[in-house]
Amino acid sequence: MPKLKVSLLTGRTINQGKGKEQGKLSEEYQNSVSICQMDPEDIKLLKVRENANVKVTTDFGSVIVKAVKSKRAPHSGVVFIPYGPWASVLANPKTHGTGMPSLKGEIAEIEPAITEKVLSLQELLRTCFRR
Amino acid sequence: MPVVSNVTCPVCGSFCDDIEITVKNDVIVKVKNACAMGEAKFLNYASHRQTKPLIRKNGELVEVSLKEAVQKAAEILASAKYPILYGWSNTSCEAIRVGLELAEEVGGVIDNTSTVCHGPSILSIQDIGISSCTLGQLRHRADLIFYWGSNPWSAHPRHIDRYTTFAEGRFQKSAWRGYLSRLTGILSKKRLHRAVNLGLGRQTPSPPETELRLPSTLLQNKRKMIVVDVRKTRSAEIADYFLQVKPNKDYELLQALRMLVRDEELDVDKVTGIPVETLEEIVEIMIGCELGILFFGLGLTMSQGKHRNIDAALSLVRDLNRRTKFLIMPMRGHFNVTGVNVVFTWQTGYPYAVDFSHGYPRYNPGETSVVDILCRGESDAALVVASDPVAHFPNVAAQKLVEKPLVVIDPQVTPTSIMADVVIPSAFVGIEVEGTAYRMDHVPLPLKKVVEPPTTCLSDKEVLQKILGEVRRLRRNHN
Repeated sequence: MPKLKVSLLTGRTINQGKGKEQGKLSEEYQNSVSICQMDPEDIKLLKVRENANVKVTTDFGSVIVKAVKSKRAPHSGVVFIPYGPWASVLANPKTHGTGMPSLKGEIAEIEPAITEKVLSLQELLRTCFRR
Repeated sequence: MPVVSNVTCPVCGSFCDDIEITVKNDVIVKVKNACAMGEAKFLNYASHRQTKPLIRKNGELVEVSLKEAVQKAAEILASAKYPILYGWSNTSCEAIRVGLELAEEVGGVIDNTSTVCHGPSILSIQDIGISSCTLGQLRHRADLIFYWGSNPWSAHPRHIDRYTTFAEGRFQKSAWRGYLSRLTGILSKKRLHRAVNLGLGRQTPSPPETELRLPSTLLQNKRKMIVVDVRKTRSAEIADYFLQVKPNKDYELLQALRMLVRDEELDVDKVTGIPVETLEEIVEIMIGCELGILFFGLGLTMSQGKHRNIDAALSLVRDLNRRTKFLIMPMRGHFNVTGVNVVFTWQTGYPYAVDFSHGYPRYNPGETSVVDILCRGESDAALVVASDPVAHFPNVAAQKLVEKPLVVIDPQVTPTSIMADVVIPSAFVGIEVEGTAYRMDHVPLPLKKVVEPPTTCLSDKEVLQKILGEVRRLRRNHN
C-alpha cells in the first residue's frame, strides 16, 4: 500500500472555530476537526479518492481521519489537521525546556485506511483514556 | 424586543466590543456585527451544556448537589501534594484572581493556556523587550501590515476589518477596494488557467505561490499587507503579497531579513527557497514605510526554534526601528489570555507557569509548565477552569491529566469535562455574568451580562470562592 512521508501542521480553521462554539459534542465540531487537508497531488499519490479515510502516524500515535482536498494547495508533502482531539493524538509533547509542545512541522506518515472508520469523539476518548 | 449594544465578544483575542444582541424572553435571538465564531457562540452557547454538578461514582458521572461537588473538589485539592490549576483564559480577571489565591492556599502550580500558545513569545519578550502599541493606533496609522505565521481570517476573523488593512483609519484609508480589484484579477487568472488546460486537453502546473516579482501595489504610497506562512492561507489570499516559507525555516528567514535591514550582505542566492533579490525588495518596503506592524502567530511559537523564532522577530523589529517606525504584537487566541497574563503578573510577578509548592511563587517554564509536569508524571490532582486540555494537549500529557483526580469548572461540555471526576458547570462569562477581560493589546474592557444564567449555575468566581472557603476549612480542621 502506498505510504507518504509528510510534514504535519496543526492549526485553526474557521469551521473549527465555529464548531467549538457550537459545542464540542456537536456534529459540526467533530466533522471539522477529524479531517486531514492534503494537496490534491498527494491524495493521488496515495491512490485514494477525496474524502477517503487515511491513517496518519507519528512517533507519538496514530489516528484515522478523512482526507480532504486542500483549498490552500499547492503544498505537496505538507498536510494540515485542525486543532482538536484527533490532532492531539499525533502531537509531540516535547517542549525543549520552553513549556510549549511541538505542534507544527512534525514528521508523519500517511497511508490509505479505506476499511477503517473515523471514530466519533466519544469512541476516540474511550480508546485514548479508557473512560 | 430589547437590544443590548456595545457587547464585547467572549471568543477570540480581538475581543470586538461592538456586538448588538437582541434578546426575547431571556433568550438571544439575533446577533449583529459578530463574526462566524462570535455568532455561533451567542446563538448556540446553551445547546450543549450541563447545568447540574456531577461526580464520578463507580465509573459514571452522576448528578449531585453543588454543595457535595464543592466539598469533593476541595477534598481533592486540599489532600493533593502537587496539584495543577490550569486554564483561565476563557474566564474573567475577577475569577483568575480567586484562582491564584486558591493555588497559593493548596501549594500547587497554576498555569494558563499561554503555556501552549504564546508562552515562547513571553519568554522572548522578557529577554529582548517589545515595541508595541494599541490596536487603535494601528487602525489609524499603520501603512505596512505583516501577518507572520498567523491566519487572522480563520482565527481572528474581524481583525483585518476592524484594526488593520480594511479598517478606515484617520490617517490611512482602507485597502478594501484594492483587494476587490486584486480578487477580480486572481479569479480571471484562475479562469484563464482552467481554459488553457481545457483547450490543451492536459494539466499545466499552477503558477508558484510566491511570485518572484513584487506586485506594483506594494510600491504605492498606501496601506498594504504582507503574509508570511507555510501555506497560502485565506489571509494570504487577501494580502498584497504572500511569502511562502518552508516549515520550520522561519528563523532562517527572519535572520536573513535582519541582515539586510542592517545593510549586511548575504552570500547565498536563496534563503529557504526565496531569492535574495525578493527579500531585498521586501526589506526596502519595510524600511520605506511610515509605520509598520508585525503581527505574529503560533506559526512561529509552535514550530522548530519556538522562542528563538520570536527572539529573531523581536530583534528584526528592533533593527527596523533604527531606520523607520515599526511595531510588533502577538496574535493572542482566547478573549482573556492577555488578561490572565496580566493578573498572574500583578499577583505573583510571573505571567504563567507559577509554582507555589515552596510557599512562594517560582517561575521556570520547562520545569513549572503544565505539559512538562504532566509528562514527568509529577502532579497528583488537577483543577481545570474554562479550558479543554484533554482535546488540545498532546495525548501523552492528557493521559497523565486524566489518570489523577480531575476537577473541572466550565460552562461547556468538553472532552475534559467528560473525563473529569468532579464537574461544576458555571455560567457563561460575557453572556450570563459580568467581568473584565483584556484585549490582545492589553486594553481592559468589560464583559457584559445579556441574559440570566440557569439558577443552578454560579459564576466561575463564585464557584472558586466556595472551593477556596472549603479548602481553608478543611486545612484548619486538619491542623
